[in-house]
Amino acid sequence: METSTSISRKNARVGDTVLMVLIYGSAFLVVAILLAMIGYIMVKGLPLVNWEFLTTKESVLKGTHGILPNIINTIYIIVLTILFATPLGVGGAIYLCEYAHQGRLTQLIEFTTETLSGIPSVVYGLFGALFFNSMMKLQYSILSGCLTLTIMILPIIVTTTRESIKSVPMDYREGAMAMGAGKWYVIRTIILPSSFSGILTAIILAIGRIVGESAALIFTAGIGTTLMKTTSLSAILGHAKTSGATLTVQLYQYMLKGQNEYAYAIAAVLMVIVLAINLLTRLMIRGMKSKAQ
Amino acid sequence: MSTKISTKNLNLWYGENHALKNINLDIEAGSITAFIGPSGCGKSTYLKTINRMNDLVKGVRIQGEVLLDGENIYAPSVDVTLLRKKVGMVFQRPNPFPMSIYDNIAYGPRIHGIKNKAQLDEIVEKSLKGAALWDDVKDRLKSSGLGLSGGQQQRLCIARAMAVEPEVILMDEPTSALDPISTMRIEELMADLKKHYTVVIVTHNMQQAARISDTTAFFLVGEMVECDKTDVIFSMPKDKRTEDYITGRFG
Repeated sequence: METSTSISRKNARVGDTVLMVLIYGSAFLVVAILLAMIGYIMVKGLPLVNWEFLTTKESVLKGTHGILPNIINTIYIIVLTILFATPLGVGGAIYLCEYAHQGRLTQLIEFTTETLSGIPSVVYGLFGALFFNSMMKLQYSILSGCLTLTIMILPIIVTTTRESIKSVPMDYREGAMAMGAGKWYVIRTIILPSSFSGILTAIILAIGRIVGESAALIFTAGIGTTLMKTTSLSAILGHAKTSGATLTVQLYQYMLKGQNEYAYAIAAVLMVIVLAINLLTRLMIRGMKSKAQ
Repeated sequence: MSTKISTKNLNLWYGENHALKNINLDIEAGSITAFIGPSGCGKSTYLKTINRMNDLVKGVRIQGEVLLDGENIYAPSVDVTLLRKKVGMVFQRPNPFPMSIYDNIAYGPRIHGIKNKAQLDEIVEKSLKGAALWDDVKDRLKSSGLGLSGGQQQRLCIARAMAVEPEVILMDEPTSALDPISTMRIEELMADLKKHYTVVIVTHNMQQAARISDTTAFFLVGEMVECDKTDVIFSMPKDKRTEDYITGRFG
């Protein structure tokens, strides 16, 4: 008798089981690799992270190994770069969404932006070294590094901000305009506040890129480890003119010198910083969402 | 009664599409005028010419005149901001801004330069009372306008339109996204509104037009076929097409 009419289960489910095992296996592998890496770095790096390491500078005379200048440089570069890039990127996104005539030019800008975000960072480093260090005579300086990074992260800020501006419902604009609001008034009072969490996301993504960047900085901000003077505002601002290595650049320096244990220590510090930034972002975005509702 | 809005030989094109064909129509002050007609007949397009919301559409071309109290609103000297202060609009979908109820109402007055807190408080209360929403929300003016129900949101939008003290309120199918109870409340509200404002409403719902309006205009493929007292339109229309539409033969 033919069994094809039977509704009882045959071996068709074997394929399902195999697939299930494979899917669970790959998910497990992804998490396992990540955890193993974090664990490895923490185990190798954390023991060397102590108060001295975090609060002194590298000194042969004093015999100290420390990354304080690098921590300060990293924060300095983040703040300055974000200060340069955010107004520029948000302004550009507003122009593209609200003012530019949608057509070939905006398409070209969109295409260029996407291309820019795909360029390897070492190319930005090369450009920065030639343009800012040499042509603009900034030499190896934090300022040169910041300007280079500004160009590098602009695409992230423009693209992410554009997406969030585009997602503001047309209804809001119509409603505001129907009461006589001008374009800039609508942008200021409705569109920017509504896209605020998008802009914040863009900034956080950009900070992530800056923290992890080394190739674009070695040739521009250089490898200096001068500790920033905090005696006066002009001393703080003047720090931008000196060469300064960020944490990742310093990590690279330790590796070059064969001091892998300190490289691991920096890696551990970096990982904590990245984790902190991510958590902070989530909290801020969640806080804003609950406030908006 | 006097004529508030007078339209003379109005033609409108979206690109090649001749969307409004030679419209001539007078709208009386202090009355409710309803525009009816099948989808795509031009009734919403015509409504939007009255506060120049069509200006936002690309490729739009307009000929003819729309006179508000005898002034052509398409004259080059017209300030669109001032026009829209006089001619407010309520949309099909309730569109409160993502801000507090208070700030929603204060939005319009702030555009026009009112910053004084006491003055704004007064406007907010008056507008919400005018839209029969005050008792629902007076204890939570600081909470988001998006937290209200659909019907409340639409009344919020009506209050928001009233806050700039317009003379004309345009309503583009204001109840089509609402349930019957909310619709009923908005219709009651409209009867109140005409004491202070000239109301022009686009509706898909012929019963609604019959219930609330004083005058009804019937639109078909870009033409204004017939305009008369509402009871005349619904009892003895002069045009065969109007009769066919209101008796449900098409549309």
